[in-house]
Amino acid sequence: MALSSFEREQQRREQRRLMALLAPGMFWLLVFFLLPLLVILVYSFLTNGPRGNLVWQPTLQNYVDLFTQASYVNAYVRSLWISVLTTLFALLLGYPLALFIVKQPPRARLVLLILVLIPFWTNFLVRIYAWQIILANNGLINTTLGTLGLPTLFLLNTEGATLLGLVYGELPFMVLPIYAALDRFDFTLMEAGADLGASKWRAFWHIMLPMTMPGVAAGAVLVFIPTVGQFVVSELLGGAKVDYIGNLIQRLFLRSNPPNWPLGSAMSTVMMVVLLGFILLYFRSTTEEDR
Amino acid sequence: MIEAQPQNQRAQRAGSWWPRLNRGALTWGRLTLTLHAFLMYLFLYGPILVLVVFSFTRDEFGVRWTGFTLEWYVRMFANDRLMGAAGNTLYVAFVSTVVSTILGTLLALAMERHRFRGRTGVDAVIYLPVVIPEIAMAVSLLAFSSLALEFIRVVTGEVVRRSLVTVIIGHIAFSISFVTIVVRASLKHFDRRLEEAARDLGANSWQTFWRITFPMILPGILGGALLAFTLSLDNFIISLFLSGPGTSLLPVEVYNKVRRAVTPEINAISTLMLAFSITLVVLSQLVQRRR
Amino acid sequence: MHKGYAIELANVVKRFGEVAAVDHVTLQIHDGEFFSLLGPSGCGKTTTLRMIAGFEYPSGGELMIHGRPMATVPPHHRPVNTVFQSYALFPHMTVAQNVAFGLKMKRVPRAELGARVQAALDMVRLAGFAERYPRQMSGGQQQRVALARALVNQPEVLLLDEPLGALDQKLRKEMQLELKSLQHRVGITFIFVTHDQEEALTMSDRIAVMNQGKVLQVGTPTEIYERPTCKFVADFIGETNFIEGKVVEQSDEYATIQTPDGLQLRGYTPRPVNLGEAATLSLRPEKARLVLPSHARPDDAFTMPVHVEMITYIGSDTRITVRLNEGRTLDVWEQNTLSTLDRNAYWQPGEAAVLVCPPANALVLTE
Repeated sequence: MALSSFEREQQRREQRRLMALLAPGMFWLLVFFLLPLLVILVYSFLTNGPRGNLVWQPTLQNYVDLFTQASYVNAYVRSLWISVLTTLFALLLGYPLALFIVKQPPRARLVLLILVLIPFWTNFLVRIYAWQIILANNGLINTTLGTLGLPTLFLLNTEGATLLGLVYGELPFMVLPIYAALDRFDFTLMEAGADLGASKWRAFWHIMLPMTMPGVAAGAVLVFIPTVGQFVVSELLGGAKVDYIGNLIQRLFLRSNPPNWPLGSAMSTVMMVVLLGFILLYFRSTTEEDR
Repeated sequence: MIEAQPQNQRAQRAGSWWPRLNRGALTWGRLTLTLHAFLMYLFLYGPILVLVVFSFTRDEFGVRWTGFTLEWYVRMFANDRLMGAAGNTLYVAFVSTVVSTILGTLLALAMERHRFRGRTGVDAVIYLPVVIPEIAMAVSLLAFSSLALEFIRVVTGEVVRRSLVTVIIGHIAFSISFVTIVVRASLKHFDRRLEEAARDLGANSWQTFWRITFPMILPGILGGALLAFTLSLDNFIISLFLSGPGTSLLPVEVYNKVRRAVTPEINAISTLMLAFSITLVVLSQLVQRRR
Repeated sequence: MHKGYAIELANVVKRFGEVAAVDHVTLQIHDGEFFSLLGPSGCGKTTTLRMIAGFEYPSGGELMIHGRPMATVPPHHRPVNTVFQSYALFPHMTVAQNVAFGLKMKRVPRAELGARVQAALDMVRLAGFAERYPRQMSGGQQQRVALARALVNQPEVLLLDEPLGALDQKLRKEMQLELKSLQHRVGITFIFVTHDQEEALTMSDRIAVMNQGKVLQVGTPTEIYERPTCKFVADFIGETNFIEGKVVEQSDEYATIQTPDGLQLRGYTPRPVNLGEAATLSLRPEKARLVLPSHARPDDAFTMPVHVEMITYIGSDTRITVRLNEGRTLDVWEQNTLSTLDRNAYWQPGEAAVLVCPPANALVLTE
């Protein structure tokens, strides 16, 4: 395979250019993203000293604890379960909203879309905090109930409040990809379906939903993953009454006295492995669809 | 002219379903959809509105309307600690945006312009920070930073603590990916023959980049930079784990206060943070639509 | 080195990995010529053009522009300009800025620049469009901007990469004529890449037919159409019937082939053939005639007894599919020189006829 020397020189130049583009960013990601993940992996096999110091003695105890102690296992189950619920509610609320937006004339569509986009750009913490004002025992709802002479409710610091906050926080992430999928959807297909005698509901079920499934899947991934790792919502709205993985990890690293980094690292590693499994599943399903 | 065509078609297509429903008075389906959308926007914006309103109440618990006051804003601006945190936050956001925009743009150029071995691997490394839960990244950076700082102490004998520098490094690590994704999207639609045309007309590769490529992907780069800026401003989890003693950031301050109780002062800070973010988004949309 | 050649390619090769996209191409293109590279997609014509422009560098061979070796000169140092397939106008610049781009790169003084841009826009009849953006213009107008943007630099050679491909049929015909007359006016060598044989025949002084990276034949449109030297060219340009056989007689520029079922057919040989060699007779449908069996006069021409199978009336012509005794079908086109509704003036399916063709109208090809 004879390349002329000039061509080879060109290839070398191309290589140099590529390296110049690739090197700085990749360096940063390798050193400040991948390497730290590796550090966590190593930590998860180390022993925690009595004062929370690291003891360089390899052990599997952290993983054993993780899978045998009920409080840890429960935290995983609880996190996954609330993430499933959040994803489901976000989908049920988000799909019709995306559909509504898509069917508006272009100008209105743009405005409505930006309105969905804005919460995405604003501080998550602040938006969750806003619910405290509404749900607190002396908050907006209960004050209103009180002035109406009705009995007050215990709303804040419940798991229901956590779920509400999560759905509220993640809803935009569900709407945007579904909107993108619906935007590409050819609505004349619905007419064709109606023409062939399908009811609107059946046309939705058999035509629109399957064809916008990639958007639904993308939305589900975008909602599910951060929810599994959350700790702010369950702390601010759930009152930290029950533990989710995020709360445990945060506590083990920052709050406990003494801290237990090896166990926290193991928890974080297991969570990542589980979620990467989901992500791989997602990518497999989407690439197959493309084929 | 050519570009506008598919859009018109799409508008017509989406519209073809819509007006028909429109003419048939209000169908139940459409009514439900509209009502649902209305409720969803109420859901998204109600809490924000409540937050804003209650930042002006005289009530010292900030959850009841007892009359208008600007006292909380005055107090907030007088609070040196908060103002310091706000300054830190802006500083971190500015530095991390500049660095991550440059690195992310270079990466985007490498990924869209070159085919090379290991490209899928690089792709995975770029996407990973976006899809893993933020807390996993935060604890790994915390663990890594403690190792690195220890290393520095051993080698140089100097005690270095976590500071704004560690926060900035962390913010850059996750912003790079977002910038890369946004800039890549703008490069996808870039017709490389434009660059060939410029070369053909006598421009060298440097001139071609600055006169053709750069102006055309500038909206994408600005979009990426704005995203990085907002992400950094709003970031709470990585900041919480990486900030050192005495280097507080605004979201962390808010979090520490919120965990204790609702106060109208937090309402005021939150309102300003929201206003700032929303202004940024709206500005960015305006800039992008103009092009 | 011949001084009069605008472009010379000598044994130029371009490999992408294991594949030779351009395989030992040798071409001489005269100064001021309208030269077309014609072939199916993937034949290497665009790669050849891109090597002349400098977007690809040859893997081997020599490339000269007006006698100067150019194979490894980067595109911005070559005295050629290109009109791209989808025009590649800079969307963030006005028409005037687009046209001025090349001059700016050459640091042409401001005063001169304005005048030259104006002149170029006048030349393509877009004088009033200077301040528009490309997206505000129709496809045909964008096409003319692309032409002005290239020609304003006064290139030694203008390269056109399927520039009419995106236009509709009517506009295409107009632009063909306009391009041709433009070339006459400016007197620059045009190298035109197309897969449309009709377009190539209409516009070109000479055509190179390419396939699978090789140049198969170079010639004037008449030569290419009337005297193709191989089966591919005969098939690709226009339409033709192929009849396989073996050379049984050979004299001067003519040869006779015999088909497996014994028919002897004589035709012109553009390239020498050998007795006993396998060969193909190429017979263009408009070059043969059908006559009633009673009228057959086998003087100089060869004849084949046939049956009319299908008639397609298309106005100017009648296209007739005839079946030979051994089963194969051939196409014959008859010009409708008479204006009549009389059914008897036209062939009817099922009728017996004799196909007559003088040997000069048929070709015996061996490749």
